[in-house]
Amino acid sequence: MSSNRTGKGSDRSVRDGILATLPSLRAFAISLSGNVDRADDLVQETLLRALANIDSFEPGTNLPAWLFTILRNLFRSEYRKRRREVEDSDGRFAETLKTHPEQNSHIEFQEFQQALAKLPPDQREALILIGASGFSYEETAEICGCAVGTVKSRVNRARVKLAELLSIEGVDDFGPDQASRAVVAGGSGR
Amino acid sequence: MNERKPAKSGSKMQISDVAPRQAALGRQIQDRIGQQLRAMYNDVMAQGIPDRFTELLKKLDQRNDEDKH
Repeated sequence: MSSNRTGKGSDRSVRDGILATLPSLRAFAISLSGNVDRADDLVQETLLRALANIDSFEPGTNLPAWLFTILRNLFRSEYRKRRREVEDSDGRFAETLKTHPEQNSHIEFQEFQQALAKLPPDQREALILIGASGFSYEETAEICGCAVGTVKSRVNRARVKLAELLSIEGVDDFGPDQASRAVVAGGSGR
Repeated sequence: MNERKPAKSGSKMQISDVAPRQAALGRQIQDRIGQQLRAMYNDVMAQGIPDRFTELLKKLDQRNDEDKH
């Protein structure tokens, strides 16, 4: 209500900011949902909401964090509605990606994808925001609506859980064979 | 320096040393988790912006412009 911010001029700069944030926002959506189509729907819905509520955005504040917050909240409310589907990451996403030198194989990448999808959503989002989107712990806390300490413990738990999942399902694939792998996995409780 | 263990396959973990499993696996897997996460993310970013979004923004611009008159 302060200044009547219908200002089309500032709309333009916000619009440009949104455009600049889009690739990262979309990468977040895809990493979060593991499904390109659903992710793009999320991004579209986020854009529409952002533009419909553009007056609630304070120019000069953190536009990316604002957009990520909208998308994250949309994902979480959708997740509650369609839990089973969302957890069913289909691997098609992995196929659309190129292989990178730092990825040992497409299979390893797919396993990573699946392990990521097994994390509870609160851990997954925190890990992605910190580890890939480049947000600070403070920004991530803001986006996820929780305390900084909570973000830190979620990221830690996400890393431990991923390490567990990947040590069983991924790393051993480079080891001798399936049989010894099973023995190792079976005997790991001592 | 690094000659104590045969490291020919680089990424192979010493899974047989099960006792300090978590710790032993930790560093190398953590590095790989970070790399893969960023690789995945950056790959999507490199795909640019799908047309549906640029067109959506364009449409909204046009509507704004019309509002002005």
